[in-house]
Amino acid sequence: MDSLLPAVAAADAASLSPGQLRELYSLMAAVRYLDTSAVAWQRQGIIPGYAPELGQEAAQVGSAYALDTARDFAFPTYREMGVARTMGVDMVAYMSTHKATWHGGMYDPLASRLAPIQAVVAGSVLHAVGWAHGQTLSGEHGVALSYFGDGASSQGDVHEAMNFAAVMKAPVVFFIQNNGWAISVPTERQVAGGSVAARAAGYGIPGIQVDGNDVVAVYEATRNAFAHCRAGNGPVVVEAMTYRRGPHSTADDPGRYRSLDDERIDAGEDPLERLRKRLLAAGAADEAFFTAANQAARAEEEAIRTGIEALGPRPGNEMFDFVFQETTPALENQATRWREESEHV
Amino acid sequence: MSESNTATLEAGSATETQSVKLSMQQALNRALDEILSTDPKTVVFGEDCGQLGGVFRITDGLQAKHGESRVFDTPLAESGILGMSVGLAMAGFHPMPEVQFDGFAYPAINQIVCQIARMNYRSRGTLPMPITLRVPSFGGIRAPEHHGESLEALFAHVPGLKVVSPSDPHDAYHLLKYAASRPDPVIFMEPKSRYWQKGDVDTADGGTLTGARIVRPGRHLTLVAWGAMVARCLQVAELAAEDGIDVEVLDLRWLKPIDAEALATSVGKTRRAVVVHEAPLTSGLGAEVAQLITQSCFDTLKAPVERVTGFDVPYPSGDLEDEYIPNIDRILLGIQRVLEYRRG
Repeated sequence: MDSLLPAVAAADAASLSPGQLRELYSLMAAVRYLDTSAVAWQRQGIIPGYAPELGQEAAQVGSAYALDTARDFAFPTYREMGVARTMGVDMVAYMSTHKATWHGGMYDPLASRLAPIQAVVAGSVLHAVGWAHGQTLSGEHGVALSYFGDGASSQGDVHEAMNFAAVMKAPVVFFIQNNGWAISVPTERQVAGGSVAARAAGYGIPGIQVDGNDVVAVYEATRNAFAHCRAGNGPVVVEAMTYRRGPHSTADDPGRYRSLDDERIDAGEDPLERLRKRLLAAGAADEAFFTAANQAARAEEEAIRTGIEALGPRPGNEMFDFVFQETTPALENQATRWREESEHV
Repeated sequence: MSESNTATLEAGSATETQSVKLSMQQALNRALDEILSTDPKTVVFGEDCGQLGGVFRITDGLQAKHGESRVFDTPLAESGILGMSVGLAMAGFHPMPEVQFDGFAYPAINQIVCQIARMNYRSRGTLPMPITLRVPSFGGIRAPEHHGESLEALFAHVPGLKVVSPSDPHDAYHLLKYAASRPDPVIFMEPKSRYWQKGDVDTADGGTLTGARIVRPGRHLTLVAWGAMVARCLQVAELAAEDGIDVEVLDLRWLKPIDAEALATSVGKTRRAVVVHEAPLTSGLGAEVAQLITQSCFDTLKAPVERVTGFDVPYPSGDLEDEYIPNIDRILLGIQRVLEYRRG
């Protein structure tokens, strides 16, 4: 991959402090524990389904860590739990989408700076471009962080988004988590040329491929991309090469398309373990820290699980209440009929 | 939706009348100009909307007056235009995108149906989508394929969208300003074959902008139409009058929500109805209109509601266009079938 953003990279190459590295580990530990627990919740019948991000903790935490929630905005699809956690989103409200409480999740997207969860891959990539162009029109300096995967990169909307953003010099970071698999289809049968970042050259914008299992590398690449956007230089493509260690979702059976041996070889070293070794080697953390971080992760998961279990179904009238800002007579009639027939009032 | 039509019908005689003669193209252009002038959050964009002023010149001169940040060209990609609108709306803007021709809304269907229509719902009302999507619509101009489609039933079927189509310059001017002021997404279907017909526009008094509008009162039968078919139905009504048949013409205007009360009032009086649209027959909006009329007027109807529509064929090439679009003869024959209907 060609070198990218050379000026910004040189100017902003300050490394993370030991405290920040420890914070990254704590975040990744919390995400790992919640993620693996959510799969268990599904097996226990607490939630009907979940899309795990096991193995993508460094990509999600490292990228979201570069985002400034005071002015930036992130656009997820449906496998960005680690992003939400890093941004400080209310995790009961976030995980409620997997409880089947409400499609977009119960969190406030404006206050959270995280767009609602949505399932059309690449659908939100164009939203990021529009939001970012709005920053330009308003004379503000927020940057849109658009999350999508190697599978979504096949969608035409990704091309339209990158082309629009490049033409308009919109401040967007296109952040691809190339996790090797789109459900059962591997990257080599998905991404012609082998790299989404390489496509950036065609739009005349910088693109970088980064080790997505190295949280520091991901953070630095994303931070540099943000700086590039904020300086008015237009969009950047960051492709984090990672690995989906788990199934596509709790309904998926990876044994039908890859072997355990393949997984062991292709997954590489666990991103948490890599950061742990780095912290130890730098003398930035000791075993007591890791024990405490893991305990905190467990306590956090317990609180979130309690919150999820306490979530009842939403009142049925909400089906009607949120269709429009200004409802219609026909919809009011249907709501009335529903109320009469379901509640016998 | 049940407000009186009196205000509209009497607009011409109001004391504060500011009536000007404008084509629908001019009326829409003036409306956009005023929206841009009064609402700093409005942005107008699409293919060739900037310097060129749009292929139909609806945005003519707007970029020069309001600047390139308010009125701008986009790359040639409809999904991009509509997807970008979602993000702009999330950032607090009031996007007024244009899809250059009806048939090119198809490449944007994912963004319209899965995103624009659902974002308010998905976000539990925190991310409204105050987007007015202007779509030059319907046939009648001998255009190439995909330039003469009638998509109202498709859009009306999608929860979260509202759909409106003006039939004359006055309504075009006021309905566009009204749609742009609302917090929900509106598909604004402009009858492209009527862009150049002039009419009186009372800029001071739009009358009632919700619901349907009686454009010609009558006693014997109600013709229900919208868009370009309204003018044709008015012609038909004049011809029918020569035979002593007094036809009421109801311009539905809003195709979602449909003004069910106006249908009930009109057909409750005339006891006969023919609905006319350019779109194909099967699962067209005429079926919805017929059901609404049947629901409210079953006891008083003298005949089943008749539909005079396009056919279940792809919109044909220009040479066959006049065979496809409901013409005066076909509408008159529809009226005749209803008038001659005898029970069992």
